Amino acid sequence: MNFELNEDRTLLSDTLSRFLSDNYQIEKRHGFVMTDDRFSREMWAQFAELGMIGALFTEEFGGFGGQGADLMVVFEALGRNLVVEPFLPTLLAGSALARAGGQENLIEQVIAGEEMIALAHGEPAGRYELSHVETSATKEGDAYTISGNKAVVLGGASATHLVVSARTSGEVDAQDGISLFLVEKSDAVNVRDYGTLDGYPAAEIQLNKASATLLGGEGAGFDILEEAFAKATTAVCAEAFGAMEAAKDLTVEYMHTRKQFGVPIGKFQALNHRMADVLIELEQMRSAVINAAGNLDADRITREREVSACKHLCGTIGRQVAEESIQIHGGMGMTWEYPVGHFAKRIIMIDHLFGDTDHHLERYIELGRAA
Amino acid sequence: MDLAYSQEEESFRNEVRSFLDAKLPARIKTKMKLGKRLTKDDMVEWHAILNEQGWLATNWPSEHGGPGWTAVQKHIFDEECWSAGAPRTVPFGLNMLAPVLMKFGSEEQKAHYLPRILDGTDWWCQGYSEPGSGSDLASLRTSAVRDGDHYIVNGQKTWTTLGHFANWIFCLVRTSTEGKPQEGISFLLIDMDTPGIEVRPIILLEGEHEVNEIFFDNVKVPVGNLVGEENKGWTYAKYLLTHERTGTANVGNSNAALDKLKKIAAEQKKGGKPLSEDPFFAARMAKVEMELNALKTTNLRILAQADAGAAAGPESSMLKVKGTIVRLEINDLARRALGPYALPFSSEALEEGYNEEPVGPDYANPIAAKYFNNRKMPIFAGSNEVQRGIISKTKLGF
Ligand SMILES: Cc1cc2nc3c(=O)[nH]c(=O)nc-3n(C[C@H](O)[C@H](O)[C@H](O)COP(=O)(O)OP(=O)(O)OC[C@H]3O[C@@H](n4cnc5c(N)ncnc54)[C@H](O)[C@@H]3O)c2cc1C
Repeated sequence: MNFELNEDRTLLSDTLSRFLSDNYQIEKRHGFVMTDDRFSREMWAQFAELGMIGALFTEEFGGFGGQGADLMVVFEALGRNLVVEPFLPTLLAGSALARAGGQENLIEQVIAGEEMIALAHGEPAGRYELSHVETSATKEGDAYTISGNKAVVLGGASATHLVVSARTSGEVDAQDGISLFLVEKSDAVNVRDYGTLDGYPAAEIQLNKASATLLGGEGAGFDILEEAFAKATTAVCAEAFGAMEAAKDLTVEYMHTRKQFGVPIGKFQALNHRMADVLIELEQMRSAVINAAGNLDADRITREREVSACKHLCGTIGRQVAEESIQIHGGMGMTWEYPVGHFAKRIIMIDHLFGDTDHHLERYIELGRAA
Repeated sequence: MDLAYSQEEESFRNEVRSFLDAKLPARIKTKMKLGKRLTKDDMVEWHAILNEQGWLATNWPSEHGGPGWTAVQKHIFDEECWSAGAPRTVPFGLNMLAPVLMKFGSEEQKAHYLPRILDGTDWWCQGYSEPGSGSDLASLRTSAVRDGDHYIVNGQKTWTTLGHFANWIFCLVRTSTEGKPQEGISFLLIDMDTPGIEVRPIILLEGEHEVNEIFFDNVKVPVGNLVGEENKGWTYAKYLLTHERTGTANVGNSNAALDKLKKIAAEQKKGGKPLSEDPFFAARMAKVEMELNALKTTNLRILAQADAGAAAGPESSMLKVKGTIVRLEINDLARRALGPYALPFSSEALEEGYNEEPVGPDYANPIAAKYFNNRKMPIFAGSNEVQRGIISKTKLGF
């Protein structure tokens, strides 16, 4: 066994971290969030130039990464800097496109930063259930049209192309009968965009007989989605880990500099023992991310259990780190101006992406029974 | 021992309910229900309605215009107000300054200030904390130097809740640097219209303007605005804090929040069934309900003793710690209950006039924001760490 990053990944990590610390200060980030797009297109172009979008894809699709370890490295850095550009939607939709096949050109354009993609899968009543699809696809001749409502679509407004899940058969909660389609924006695609509490762009999307191109075969959707979500969930856990590390660093620094009763508050055992616990849990979190990232190519049950274990721990550890970071900062932790609260918001809101703590606990148990 | 409410208590509950039914403005009730931002006017309006009924200053003795209720009556009133969706009364004048004036203020001060708190002429804020003095409050540096009939005040207060709504501030100021830091503190009432005072907003992490920084630059305050004796302010400050903390058990507030959580959990679906039937979520809700029910009894037991004149020192600390933990657990469950719809957030949608179609369920928008906003609870009124320090010092002898 070897837990070291290889040379390429160390380079990837260093390059991205350096770029972000030079170009992505938190005030700038707040500025991006305030724009109409809710992110910076200029930054996105620079990320493309730097090869960071390519790092999400394997070589066969024109990328130069795409493995679990690449995702881990990239997303940890994104989390440390609270990057709002649409890496996560790109990874989700891109993984589905890559796995379904036939869209190599589009992926190339995405890697180059020319086109943008998002996955429109979740629905208003679906909660975190992957197989919940009410949206339906109708076939007329060789062409498909899609109708239905998609909820909290990350990056949905800026995407030029949407990967949409829709039913070609089966009941609302059946794994069978889910198909994936490529949909370009048109009058038949109604987008209501908004920001999330932690500052990321998302949208509600209504499809009214939108014309659509089938990806993969009819009914191939569930397996493709599961793999795409396995990657994206691992990635978002790495992102959360990065944000937790940043929150921890700020807190430790504050404990050394803030004085009350004539001493740095870090001297109080009531605080420093809790921070010691945070440190222990962060080691656990890193290991959980490594376990998930390293098993993305394993058999389905192993992969999915590791992913669920990681996301469950991400929720529980994340809450501990976010809440302790605020609490130990006292009033400062409650302000907009001081960055720790923004990290706390990202960490907690990640619990609401791709299944929360309880969802993944239950799923881990069920997958264990199936093993 | 008798856990049942007496007949009189039940009929008191009915009286409170009919009052709330009749008098709580529907507009305010709706804002509360949807978690909208309250304006100062909303607060003023509700205070005036309560005052007209004689139910504004529930903790005051009847000689000063309080209703003279027992601890159980206060509890019933609090519970009913929260469950009807009434706004919290603003505590700075009513529950912080007033008890101090009653105990330590001059007859003149009582006669002047107390009625003005009731009728809304004065709207108070609390000037304790400073940038360098939070938990270590006694280290405060804002100075008041005697100059004839006045004190000249210089310095900075911070975290001042609703300072932008207030026209008066009660401040802890340093009048002496001799001896222990606690021995040079005085309790001063300052008119915020005095020249030299500047109020600047501090925006909280979820984007709300609730607290402020207040700067004092050679502010002239009449000597008559000193409460009690010079350099004895620390005693009054501590007395005030026990009152402030007793209100932080949050029982009525948590009770209403738990009811709301149950409704959300019954509406939200998981795998086609109500979330409230999901064993994982049901277990989490049950645990917090058990805690809250025990806390209700703890709260009443402690308040019943306080009624009989017992000191509310470390007990108020206990209520504060447990009360905030329970309240925050409910906030946490509420955001979980929403699933992905905890994510969308619009600050504009917190305004009363906003009438665009909500994203997700109509109750969703403020819920995650509230989870973050309420993280203030274990920090203010003396952090929970400081409360544990008080408990271990006074109860355990460490
Ligand atoms: C939303 C909000 C509203 C507020 N409203 C008001 C108001 O209206 N008026 C007012 O005067 N103040 C107000 N406060 C201020 C509040 O009382 C202080 O924030 C609080 O006393 C903590 O002080 P601090 O923020 O300076 O944190 P610090 O005192 O710097 O504490 C930082 C951390 O160290 C811990 N700590 C400090 N000392 C010890 C110790 N001895 N042992 C163990 N741990 C310790 C604290 O618990 C905390 O976790 C408000 C605060 C907030 C967040």
